[in-house]
Amino acid sequence: MSKSSILTWALAVVGLGLTAPRLASAAGTTLNGSGSTLSKPYQEVAIEEFKKSHKDLTINYGGGGSGKGRQDLADMVVDFAGSDSPYKEADMVKIKGGEVLYFPILLGPITVSFNVTGVDKLNLSPETIAKIFQRDIKKWNDKAIAAENAGAKLPDEDIVVAHRADGSGTTQNFTEYLNGAAKGVWKLKSGSTVEWPADTQAGQGNGGVAQIVKSTKGAVGYVDLSDAKASGLKFASVKNQAGKFVDPTTAAASAAGDGIEVKPNLLFSALNAKGDKSYPITCQTWVIVYARQTDKAKAEALKAYLKFLVKDGQKLLSEIDYAPLPRSLGDKALKQLEKIQVK
Amino acid sequence: MQELDLRGNKAYLDRAFRWSAAGAAALVLLILGLIAVTITGRSLPVFHEMGLKFFTTTRWSPPDALFGALPFIWGTAFTALIALVIAVPISLGMALFMTQVAPPAIRRPMVYMIDLLAGVPSVVFGLWGVLVLSQHFGLGRSFLTAGIILAIMIIPIITSLSREVIETTPPGDKEGALALGCTRWEMIGAAVVPHSAGGLVGAVMLGLGRAMGETIAAALVIGSALGQLTLHPLSPGNSMPAVIANEWGEADTLHKSALIALAVTLFVITIVVNLIATAIVQRSMRRAQGL
Repeated sequence: MSKSSILTWALAVVGLGLTAPRLASAAGTTLNGSGSTLSKPYQEVAIEEFKKSHKDLTINYGGGGSGKGRQDLADMVVDFAGSDSPYKEADMVKIKGGEVLYFPILLGPITVSFNVTGVDKLNLSPETIAKIFQRDIKKWNDKAIAAENAGAKLPDEDIVVAHRADGSGTTQNFTEYLNGAAKGVWKLKSGSTVEWPADTQAGQGNGGVAQIVKSTKGAVGYVDLSDAKASGLKFASVKNQAGKFVDPTTAAASAAGDGIEVKPNLLFSALNAKGDKSYPITCQTWVIVYARQTDKAKAEALKAYLKFLVKDGQKLLSEIDYAPLPRSLGDKALKQLEKIQVK
Repeated sequence: MQELDLRGNKAYLDRAFRWSAAGAAALVLLILGLIAVTITGRSLPVFHEMGLKFFTTTRWSPPDALFGALPFIWGTAFTALIALVIAVPISLGMALFMTQVAPPAIRRPMVYMIDLLAGVPSVVFGLWGVLVLSQHFGLGRSFLTAGIILAIMIIPIITSLSREVIETTPPGDKEGALALGCTRWEMIGAAVVPHSAGGLVGAVMLGLGRAMGETIAAALVIGSALGQLTLHPLSPGNSMPAVIANEWGEADTLHKSALIALAVTLFVITIVVNLIATAIVQRSMRRAQGL
């Protein structure tokens, strides 16, 4: 190789090195998000679909849990957070970037999944669920369960309660539901971690709980619909506020979304919703962003992605066993996009 | 080739080296100090709320703002104890085998294998524990399962440190014992063990430090049950690092402070164990060298 050709090569390499980052910064905007693992499957399919029409955008969503998402957004290390619950009053002071906006993106039923010999269908009231999970009821043929399941052949089998080992938004929603719907019976209060009795089993993530239920005779656990279906679990019909036993389906979760009161800032709880067809243990998840953005390109990208999440992306939800937002809520979320402004 | 010039004008290099090396050493202390200050500071809210009850009560209920860490401290100690009971005889046996019995052809691959075991990421041990020990062998998630996994993880450390300590036994001692008619077993008892006892204790204590601090593998197999102050090895429990790993993500203010307080507790205990271990090892090394 002659000297001049080496020089040409060297120049070409240097040239590539110089132009590559410039190209990236001109065309590509990157949005980073973290938080809720409940909404992670939706974020993943939505990002994939959204990219088909927005090739110049890069969007990353890391899980880590709702609490981590809220913390990351408060510290301004991500552009958006996924969270199953809003900021608590005490944490508001720590938010560095000013006012935050909540965009609901999906509803998800939490199943009470079970593995009971010879039983395919089970009806449970919130009071009975509460008694089972706090170990007041220890056998599947207990009178309280039998009373709600006339005709079912309930075996003389020990109940094994499975719950989350890790702090979790699912635990938060499930215990919040029992706290409200089984008032006076439920004693463990509500939170991302509660004081489960010692003779219960714990699994990592929804998948871990599903795995315990699947492999243990007599087990019962709370698992989101998506993971319960993926593991082939059976799940109970739960008595709603109207006194009807309803199966956890995406339709019943959307129905719950119809029967709820939404505040002007789009905060609500879909738990224990009114309506005959509502599945009562329905949780929701939001994407949280700052109202005031500093980077114009980022703000535009964020708006486009949020619009996709609350509108066109909604049709992707049923395939992954989550429920779309009811129309009225979706419209309110769309309208709220106007509040995102560049400072 | 350049000549080495020690007296000439390059003496500043010597000084620069001394200062940068000292700086690096000081940085370690600085980092350790900063960690101690930060985590202690951030754990204060829970001590303000709970006082010493943090160490003496057994209820851990974030919704009630009750944080009693005793069962987790017990879980950490209990699993580490189980791990030592299993790992110490195996490790010492392996170390003695490698130094006193095995021919070099077996010994060298063994050293490689043990180093390899030390390099396996802990999450792999944890998953293996879940799939094989708790499910296949039906041990469930329990103190015992965690203890066995921790034992496997600390065997490489204890084995390789023990091997090095045992190797410092003066050949004269061993030959003397054999010449007096000792069997190999008696020689080990008469020459090797007395000579290396201190170093072996140190090796075991370094293993103990690792076992107590292990997070992910323990979190996966220990069972995450609350309030377990029991000697029953097959009951599910919890340990300090496992609780931190499990609950950190969703914890709110006071709960976070309680988790950090667990970290402080663990930090203090492991530092004490490691200091004792280092002291014992060094003393035995000095004695071995006849100083």
